[in-house]
Amino acid sequence: MSTETPTETLDVKGQNCPMPVVKTKGAFDGLAPGGTLEVVATDSGSMSDIKGWADSTDDAELVDQQEDTEDGEAVYKHYIRKTE
Amino acid sequence: MSTDTQPTPDGAPSAEEFEALQSRIDELEDELAAVRSDVDDDPQKMVIIATKGTLDMAYPPLILASTAAAFGYDVTVFHTFWGLEILHEEKADDLKLSSVGNPNMPVPNVVGALPGMDRVTTRMMEKQIADNEVATVRELIETSIDQGVEFQACQMTIDLMDYDEDDFFDEVETGVGAASAFQEMVEADIQLLV
Repeated sequence: MSTETPTETLDVKGQNCPMPVVKTKGAFDGLAPGGTLEVVATDSGSMSDIKGWADSTDDAELVDQQEDTEDGEAVYKHYIRKTE
Repeated sequence: MSTDTQPTPDGAPSAEEFEALQSRIDELEDELAAVRSDVDDDPQKMVIIATKGTLDMAYPPLILASTAAAFGYDVTVFHTFWGLEILHEEKADDLKLSSVGNPNMPVPNVVGALPGMDRVTTRMMEKQIADNEVATVRELIETSIDQGVEFQACQMTIDLMDYDEDDFFDEVETGVGAASAFQEMVEADIQLLV
């Protein structure tokens, strides 16, 4: 479980590559430093894509990634903290 | 072995040699600092040349462009020949898939060549795209524009294919040619021809 309460949540359920990453970037830009963005996706590729994006984005720290089930459907949750 | 300047008896460089080396080191350090600051200041850049206008081939440049923009890259997509169709405000929603010439198609070429087959395979592909929750071409273009991707339409092919500059999405830059595309490619970290 994530240790931090997210500041904002981005729902990209039902959207496929490249939208989860592209929209994460958009939401992350509007996040205040120190804040944590929760991204909820149904695209299984988002696990690797968002990790890759966070790894190469200077002020993004991937705090946690979880696989969950909602209404019988797999959901992937990502928690990204803005470090500066 | 002979040298112009004689080393001091203990093998250490002479005062002149030492000074020359020191000033060369200073020079190189300055150069390195300049190179470093250039690299740090400029965002990385990607240029894609989009030449195809079929439904399947519209996706790779648009997906890569929007993704690279999300990674903080400056992205330019230069559309030429059939790639212009992707930027065409009316045609972008109506790109076709060819039912011949692709061995991965579920229909043999002789069947694919029958009248109306392109429409059938295009419908199938559109349904697959919708069923798999893949964004439409228009959605990808709009998202890319929101992310700061610059779309350019090659002027020579606009004229060649008898298009009008107003046919394209408002944000598309027209009046550009191979020279400006080439110049952008020279400056780019990644260059792709699709």
